[in-house]
Amino acid sequence: MSLMSIDYDYNRFRQIIKGKIKENLRKYISSGEMIGRKGKDLVSIPLPQVDIPRFRFGNNGNGGAGQGKGEPGTPLGGDDAEEGEGKAGNLPGVHIKEVELTMDELAEILGEELELPNIEPRGKKQIITRKDKYTGIRKTGPESLRHFKRTFREALKRQIISGQFNMEKPSVTPVRDDFRYRSWKTTSLPETNAVIIYIMDVSGSMWDEQKEIVRLETFWIDTWLRHQYKGVETRYVIHDAQAQEVDRDTFFTVRESGGTVISTSYELTEKIIEKDYPAEEWNIYIFQFSDGDNWSREDNSYCVELLQSELLPKVNLFGYGQVESTYGSGEFFDFLDRNLGESENMVLSRIENKDEIFESIKDFLGKGK
Amino acid sequence: MNLQKQILEVQPEIEEYARNYGLDFFPTVFELIDYDTMNQLAAYGGFPIRYPHWRFGMEYDQLAKGYRYGLQKIYEMVINTDPCYAYLMNVNNLTDQKLVMAHVFAHCDFFKNNFYFSHTNRKMIDEMANHGTRIRRYIDKFGLQAVENFIDTCLTLENLIDYHAPYVQRKPESGKKNPEANAPKIKRLRSKKYMEKYINPPEFIEQQIKDREAREHVQYPFPPEPERDVLNFLIEFAPLTDWQRDVLGIIREEAYYFAPQGMTKIMNEGWATYWHSTIMTQKALHPAEIVDYAEHHSGTVASHPGRLNPYRLGVMLFKDIEDRWNKGKFGKEYEECDDIKLKRTWDKKTNLGRQKIFEVRKLYNDVNFIDTFLTEGFSREHNMFSFAFNKENERYEIESRDFKVIKQRLLQSLTNLGQPIISVIDANFKNRGELLLFHQFEGVELEQNYCHDTLINLYQIWNRPVHIQTNLEEEAVMMSYEGEDIKMQNISRN
Repeated sequence: MSLMSIDYDYNRFRQIIKGKIKENLRKYISSGEMIGRKGKDLVSIPLPQVDIPRFRFGNNGNGGAGQGKGEPGTPLGGDDAEEGEGKAGNLPGVHIKEVELTMDELAEILGEELELPNIEPRGKKQIITRKDKYTGIRKTGPESLRHFKRTFREALKRQIISGQFNMEKPSVTPVRDDFRYRSWKTTSLPETNAVIIYIMDVSGSMWDEQKEIVRLETFWIDTWLRHQYKGVETRYVIHDAQAQEVDRDTFFTVRESGGTVISTSYELTEKIIEKDYPAEEWNIYIFQFSDGDNWSREDNSYCVELLQSELLPKVNLFGYGQVESTYGSGEFFDFLDRNLGESENMVLSRIENKDEIFESIKDFLGKGK
Repeated sequence: MNLQKQILEVQPEIEEYARNYGLDFFPTVFELIDYDTMNQLAAYGGFPIRYPHWRFGMEYDQLAKGYRYGLQKIYEMVINTDPCYAYLMNVNNLTDQKLVMAHVFAHCDFFKNNFYFSHTNRKMIDEMANHGTRIRRYIDKFGLQAVENFIDTCLTLENLIDYHAPYVQRKPESGKKNPEANAPKIKRLRSKKYMEKYINPPEFIEQQIKDREAREHVQYPFPPEPERDVLNFLIEFAPLTDWQRDVLGIIREEAYYFAPQGMTKIMNEGWATYWHSTIMTQKALHPAEIVDYAEHHSGTVASHPGRLNPYRLGVMLFKDIEDRWNKGKFGKEYEECDDIKLKRTWDKKTNLGRQKIFEVRKLYNDVNFIDTFLTEGFSREHNMFSFAFNKENERYEIESRDFKVIKQRLLQSLTNLGQPIISVIDANFKNRGELLLFHQFEGVELEQNYCHDTLINLYQIWNRPVHIQTNLEEEAVMMSYEGEDIKMQNISRN
């Protein structure tokens, strides 16, 4: 087979993605996604791509046929009609298999694609635990640790080399020399604990689309932090004009109406930290999602005060994600930026639509805190 | 023993099984390659040499990542050529290899015999390599930037071809309509000179001259009939340089080459799956291989909730057809039978199943395959539903379990490869040489942003303002690009 020029085409593509060449294509770069499977759920993995424009169908009036359970009105798994067709087989006769991912693998992929740095834990007290990990293989050991696969592989190798192996009648018998045993190594692991407190504005101006964005963001933040810390706890705070702590399901489904007083949520968060997570032992993360509307300017100032004196000194990272909505004024973002923009451990991020989720995760987690 | 050798040994065995079942394929060459080579080849659509373009690099990036992250792997790839080339992944075990060989022979059989492939170039490997050479030469001569940008532009229009053109004759072959040729001359009755004034009065002659002039100023539409092959129209009439015309021609030729594969995806995969399972379970499988086989096969035909797996739908339909024709469940007598119990146990022992599925694989494409053979019983048995976009919730939802709706949705998603039907209707729009396209609206709106950007690209090629008529929110609209920004106007007549 002749030498292929894929390297050339691949480099050209990478350069486009990095914005080095072909400015005209820049607006077609989407963070894209690859669909992975985690248990029953489909998850998407960021995958930059250039989407060449074409005449094609939009959503309005579109549909298709599928297979499975559900009553009329049940939402489909993905948002994209193309998903209904499955990804396999865009190429001639290509035969593709999908595999499941573990949470850790997902996190690694995320880290690699977004070039996220590993987190430097902040908790002063680090408990070191010793752990035995079975990582090696050796030729002696107790029978209980015998590695069957390796043993048989050795036996098979030996039989093939010595010509005893018969393809027609395959039988493999290990002898003493073939036996392999698992062996362990003791490693020291710093045991660090972290807590993530999510705050969300559930006042009338946050709609399903905004909440979907929050759900996806929190999924990835969870995935990454769980990958980085051994034990991660999550707490959920919602607020309109008042704040309350809720469980995860409620967090994503509840909708209140009425006004928005952000400071109430900070007060509640402060109490939670005070009570359960002493700052010297815990790595504390706060992520707040809002459309940037607050009740009054006075409350804005009060928020800044609370952040400055109570929250920021205690947390590793305070992330504020402003989900753009047609109803919100979006003032809060600018207000925080003006007053606290210099803070080391605060990150502000605007998320205009779903395509920008990965960009915003990069904002939040890219500091390695 | 190395795998390549083993493969060579099992190939004649599987090939013989396949031929004995009546599969008829081109000579097939198997190559055992590693995953990286497989991903590279797949990125190039199966062809070792293509013209240079970054999007192949993008395809490769996705395939390579999918493999590296363990999301997907390619077992096999076949290309429609004579001899037929098939690539197998070298890390797969022998059971997998046997299965994919059986799968491959069925694909080859399909390529060779299905009507919709009858016009494809079976020497496409050479042709693709030639395209590569030509485009590389243009790059040397006119610069990478210019050529690559032009290819980008062409690719935005790649889907504007007439998928059925190879199989029908759209235009009369000769007798080009030249309106002047048979325009009536000025009529004069024969007369003696002194009678001329009375027999052919001057007013009458004058009137005829006026009529003729009026006829000459009538606008004959151009193109005379709406033109579905927009690419060809541009090649013939857009103000392009020679190399640009050639590049656009290359893009068009390759689009036509790949078109039948898109038109027969469900059938082709269904056919290959039908045969790998038949050959493996009835002939090729050794008892020790059962588990590996079952695992692979079930992965192939797995149904994911909400999704339609083309392998599965195809193979199930072929099996259903075989069963119906074996039992005589077709024709007037069966259709008109009202007794459900009798219908269910209907068995005339006609045994025409095999014969029928071979006939189906020869004559049908996905659209008429589904239209003809998807029955209400099948739809119910396989729990099919239709889904649609709900504007209020901004999401796709299950729409209905009604067979008619399901079938219509499915056919709609397959018609014209699930792409909008667009043709050139006027190349001299407003009498100013502007290009007017027409989107045949059938209920699904065009994606706005893509539509805008595609128009801008089309403008690059046509070099005059471009327009498209389509429907938006139940109104007929026209989107236009005249070089500055996109304009939209309502053209509903009321």
